[in-house]
Amino acid sequence: MTYEVPTTLAQAIEPPAIDYAAIMPLLVVLGTACVGVLIEAFLPRHQRWPAQVALSVAGIAVAGLTLGLYAGGAGAEGVLTLAGAVAVDRPTLFMWGALLALGLASVLLIADRSVEPGGAFISSAVARAAAGGGPGTSGTAADDRDYGSPDQAPTMQTEVFPFAFFALGGMMAFVSANDLLTMFIALEVLSLPLYLMCGLARRRRLLSQEAAVKYFLLGAFASAFFLYGLALIYGYAGSVRFSDIAEASVGSARSDALLFAGLALLVVGLMFKASVGPFHTWTPDVYQGAPTPVTAFMAACTKVAAFGGILRVLHEAFGDTRWEWRGVLWAVAIASMVIGAVIGLTQTDIKRMVAYSSVAHAGFLLLGAMAITPEGISGTLFYLLAYGFNTIAIFAVISLVRDADGEASHLSQWAGLAKRSPVAAYTMAFLLLGLAGIPLTSGFTAKFAVFSAALADGMAPLVVIALIASAIAAFFYLRVIVLMFFNEPAPDGPAVTIPGAFTTAAITLGVLFTLLLGILPTPALEWAAGGVFVS
Amino acid sequence: MNSGLLLLALLLLPMVGAAVVAPLGAATARVVALGFSLASLALTVVVWFAYLGARSESRFALELSVPWIPAFGTSFALGIDGIALVMLGLIAVLVPIVMLFSWEEKLPEGRSVAGFFALLLATQSLLVGVFAATDVFLFYVFFEAMLVPMYFMIGRFGGPRRQYAAVKFFLYSLLGGLIMLASVIGLFVVSGTELGAGTFTWVELQRMAAGVDETTQIWLFLGFFLAFAIKAPLVPFHTWLPDAGAEAPVGAGVLLVGVLDKVGTFGFLRYCLPLFPLASQRLAPLVLTLAVIGVLYGALLAVGQTDMKRFVAYTSIAHFGFIALGIFSFSSQAFAGATLYMVNHGISTGMLFIVVGLLIARGGSRLIGDYGGVHKLAPLLAGSFLIAGLSSLALPGTNSFVSEFLVLVGSYPRQPVFTILATVGIIFAALYVLWVYQQVMQGPVRGAAVLAAVSTSGPGTMLDPSVEAARGGSSGFPDLSRREIAVVTPLIVLILVLGFFPGPVLDVITPSVVATMNEVGLADPVGGFAP
Repeated sequence: MTYEVPTTLAQAIEPPAIDYAAIMPLLVVLGTACVGVLIEAFLPRHQRWPAQVALSVAGIAVAGLTLGLYAGGAGAEGVLTLAGAVAVDRPTLFMWGALLALGLASVLLIADRSVEPGGAFISSAVARAAAGGGPGTSGTAADDRDYGSPDQAPTMQTEVFPFAFFALGGMMAFVSANDLLTMFIALEVLSLPLYLMCGLARRRRLLSQEAAVKYFLLGAFASAFFLYGLALIYGYAGSVRFSDIAEASVGSARSDALLFAGLALLVVGLMFKASVGPFHTWTPDVYQGAPTPVTAFMAACTKVAAFGGILRVLHEAFGDTRWEWRGVLWAVAIASMVIGAVIGLTQTDIKRMVAYSSVAHAGFLLLGAMAITPEGISGTLFYLLAYGFNTIAIFAVISLVRDADGEASHLSQWAGLAKRSPVAAYTMAFLLLGLAGIPLTSGFTAKFAVFSAALADGMAPLVVIALIASAIAAFFYLRVIVLMFFNEPAPDGPAVTIPGAFTTAAITLGVLFTLLLGILPTPALEWAAGGVFVS
Repeated sequence: MNSGLLLLALLLLPMVGAAVVAPLGAATARVVALGFSLASLALTVVVWFAYLGARSESRFALELSVPWIPAFGTSFALGIDGIALVMLGLIAVLVPIVMLFSWEEKLPEGRSVAGFFALLLATQSLLVGVFAATDVFLFYVFFEAMLVPMYFMIGRFGGPRRQYAAVKFFLYSLLGGLIMLASVIGLFVVSGTELGAGTFTWVELQRMAAGVDETTQIWLFLGFFLAFAIKAPLVPFHTWLPDAGAEAPVGAGVLLVGVLDKVGTFGFLRYCLPLFPLASQRLAPLVLTLAVIGVLYGALLAVGQTDMKRFVAYTSIAHFGFIALGIFSFSSQAFAGATLYMVNHGISTGMLFIVVGLLIARGGSRLIGDYGGVHKLAPLLAGSFLIAGLSSLALPGTNSFVSEFLVLVGSYPRQPVFTILATVGIIFAALYVLWVYQQVMQGPVRGAAVLAAVSTSGPGTMLDPSVEAARGGSSGFPDLSRREIAVVTPLIVLILVLGFFPGPVLDVITPSVVATMNEVGLADPVGGFAP
C-alpha cells in the first residue's frame, strides 16, 4: 500500500465557487443587519427609529426582490453552492419567501409605537437613567416611564431591529443548510438574538427577563444536544453532509447504534426549537414573557425555520432509514398533540394558551414532516406559511387589548370584547377559527394537506389521533370566542387600542392570508409543490 | 343562461343578503332580510321547474363544476337530484316563516336584530351549499362552515344556558366532522390508488365504490357515519340536541331541528350508502338497532319532559329514528318514505317549535306545568298546536302519515322485526303529543305562567281569571296576531296539502331514490317503484 500525498496540500486552497444570485436574499438580510448595527453606532438617538424602520422594510423588499428574480429563473432541481454547504432548491426558496413575508409582518409589529407609546421595547438605558431609573431596576414606575424628560418623545431601544435581522438571516441559513455543521452555526445565529429579544419587554420586566434566561439556558442545552448528536453522526458516517449520511446509513454494515443515538440527540435539539412536546416546556413561559411582537416573530418564523431544518434532516439524511425511527417520532407527535391540546384547555392567559396551541400545531406539522413523500414536503411547507400568518395576526390582536397595566392577557379580561370593539373581536374570532381549522380558513387547507400526506404514507391512526386532538384544541379557541361574544363586559375591563398603521398592516396581512390560503390556496400549494430537496 | 348558475345564485343570494343586512338598523334589517328570503324562495321555485325541465340521464341536474384546488383533486361542483331539491324547497319555505316569526322576538339585551337576521341568511346559504354540493370536499367545507353561524345564533341570542348549549353543539358537531375528515382524506387517498389520481367528484367516487374492499369501506363508512349520526342525531350521540334546541332562539331552533339535522340523514342517503355500499349493508343491523332504540327512547323521554322545547327536541329524536330505519332498510319505497319524512318532519316539527315559541312568548315560561287551559284564552293558538301535534304523530290526512306509512311498508319486507318494534313508537307518539296538548291547552285556565299573564292585564286584575276568560277578555294572553297567523297558515296548508297530495313531491324524489338503490347494488324486495 503506497501512501500518496494529497494533492490539495501541494496546491493553494481554492475558494469554493459561490452562486451569488442564489444566496443573494440571505446576503441582503445579513447585510441589512450589519447596516442596522452601524446605524445604532453612528446615528443620534432620535433618528435611529425612522432609519431602522426604513432600512428594515427596504432590506426585506430588496431580499424579496432578489428572491423573486432568482426563483423566476431557477429550475425545479435546485443548486448546491458554497462547496455544498448551502442548498438552494424549491423548498428553500419557498421557506425563504415565507420567512421574508412573515419577517416583514413581524418587523411591522416591532416597529409600531402607537399601541404602546414608544413601542413594546424597553427604552434605551440613557433615557431610563435620565428618567431616574437605573439600568438594573425592574418593574418600577420610573422604568415604565418612557420619557427622558417630560417634553421628549418616547423612545425605544432600536437594537431590536438588527437583532431581528440577524435572527432572520440565521433562520434563512438554517433552512438552506446542507450539512449538519452549517446547520449548527445557523442555529446559533438565529438563537442568540432571539434570547436577547425576549428580554426587552418594556412592561413586566421581571417576567421578560425570566423568559430570556429560561430560553437561553434551555436553548443552550438543546444546542449542546444537537452538537453531541452531530459528533456521533460524524463518527458513524465520517461526514456531516446529509447525502453522505444517507449513503452511509444504507450501504454500511456498521453498528446503527451511533447513527440512531446521534439522530435522537439531533432531533431533541431540533424539536426544542420547533417547540414540539415534550420538548416544549420553555414555550409558554417565553411566549408569555417576551414582548408580544417578538413572540409573534418567534412563533411564526422560528417555527418555519425549525421545521425547515427537521424536514431536510429527515428527508435528506434519514429518509431511507425511516422505518427505524418513525415509531419514536410517532410517540413524539402524539405527545405533542395531546400535551398541546389538553394542557391548553387549562390555561387562563391568552398568550400561554396560544403557546400550547403552537405545541399542538407542532405535532400536526410533525405528521407532515414524517411523511417522506413530495406531498409531505409541500404540505408541511404550506402549513408553515398558513400557520405563520395566522399566528402573527393573533399576537398582533392580542397586543391591542390593553388596560392601564399594559396588555390584558388574562382570559377573563377578554369578556364582552365584542361589545366594546366588534372589529377586533370579529378579527380575533376569525383567526381563532383559522387555528381551529374550520373550512374556508387557511388552517383547514393546511391541515388537509398535511393529513392527506400522512395518511397516504401509512399513518392513518396518527391522523385520527390528530383530528381528535384538533377537536379538543377547538374547545379552547371556542372558549375565547364565547368570552368575547357571549359574555357581558366587565366594567373595568380593558379597551382595544386603535392600532397604528404598522400594526394594522400586519393584522391585515395576516387576516388576508388566512382567508386567501383557505379559499384559493392553489398558487401557494403549487409553489410549495414545485420541487423536492436537492441532494 | 347556464342552468348551473341557478344553483350558484341560490347559494350566493342569501350570503349577499347576510352581508347587506348585517350593518343595517333593526327596522330596515327585518324588511330587507325578509325580502332576500322571499327572493330565495322565488328562485327556489325557478330551480324546481328548471329541475323538472332538465331531468336527464345523468345523476345530477343543473350541474356546475369549476376546478378549485387541483392539488387536492377538488372542484367547486354543484348539482342536485330530487332528494336535494326537496331539501332546498324545505329551506326556502322555512326561512321566511322563521323570519316572520322572529319579527318581534325579544333578544337578549344588547344584541342586534340585524345580526340575528344576517345569521339566519348565512345559515340558509351554507345549507344550500351542503345540499347542492356534488364534490365531497366541498360538501365537507359547507358541512363544517354551517356550524359557525348556528353557533353564534345559539350563543348570542339563546336562552339562559346558551353558552353551554352553543359550545356543546359546536364541539359535538366538530368532533364528528373531524372524524369524517379522516374518512374524507382516506377516500381521497383510496381514490388515488384506485383511479390513478385522487378525486373528490362524487360521481367518480361512486363509480369506484364497488371496487373497494370491504374492510376499507367499513373504516371509511364509520367516519362518515359518526359525523352524520351526531348530526341527525341517532341515539347514543343525541345529547347535544335537547340542550341546543332548548336554548336556541326559536327561529334558530326551527332551522336547527327542521333542516340542519336533516343534513345527517341526507348524508346517510347521499354519501354513506352509495359510496360504501358493502359497508352499509354489513353494518345495517347496527344502524337499525340504534334507529329503533332512538324511536322508542326518544318517545319515552319526550313523555317525561317538563320543558316544552326539550319536548320538541326529543320528539325529533324519535322521528330521526324512523328516517334512519327507512334509509337502512334498502328499498326504494323506504328511501322515498325517508326522504319525504325529512321534508315533513321539517314542516311539522318546525311548526310545533314555532307554536311552542308563540306560547312561550306569551307565558314567559318553558315549563309544560306552567300552562293550562290555553284553549279558552287563545283558541287559534291551541288549534295550531293541535294541528302541528297531529301532524307530528302522523295522523292520516296529515303529511307525516304518508311518509311514515311508506317507511314502514318499505322496511317491512327486509326488516320485519325492526319495523314492528318501530311501530310501537307510533303509539308513544300519540301518547306524548296528546298528553302535552291536554295539559297545556285543555281544562280550566290554570298554571303559573298563564295566570300571571292574565292577572297583569290591566282592568281585569281583580277578576278571577277563568271568569275573565269566559268573557273573552284575554288581553294578557292574546290569541294569534295577524302576523302570527301569517306565520302558521302556510305551514298548516303544507301539512294538509302534502297529506292529501304528496304526488308532486314523490314524483321528484322517486327517480333519485331508485338511482340510489342501483348504486347500493340491491334489488327492491317486493313491490318497489322499479322504473
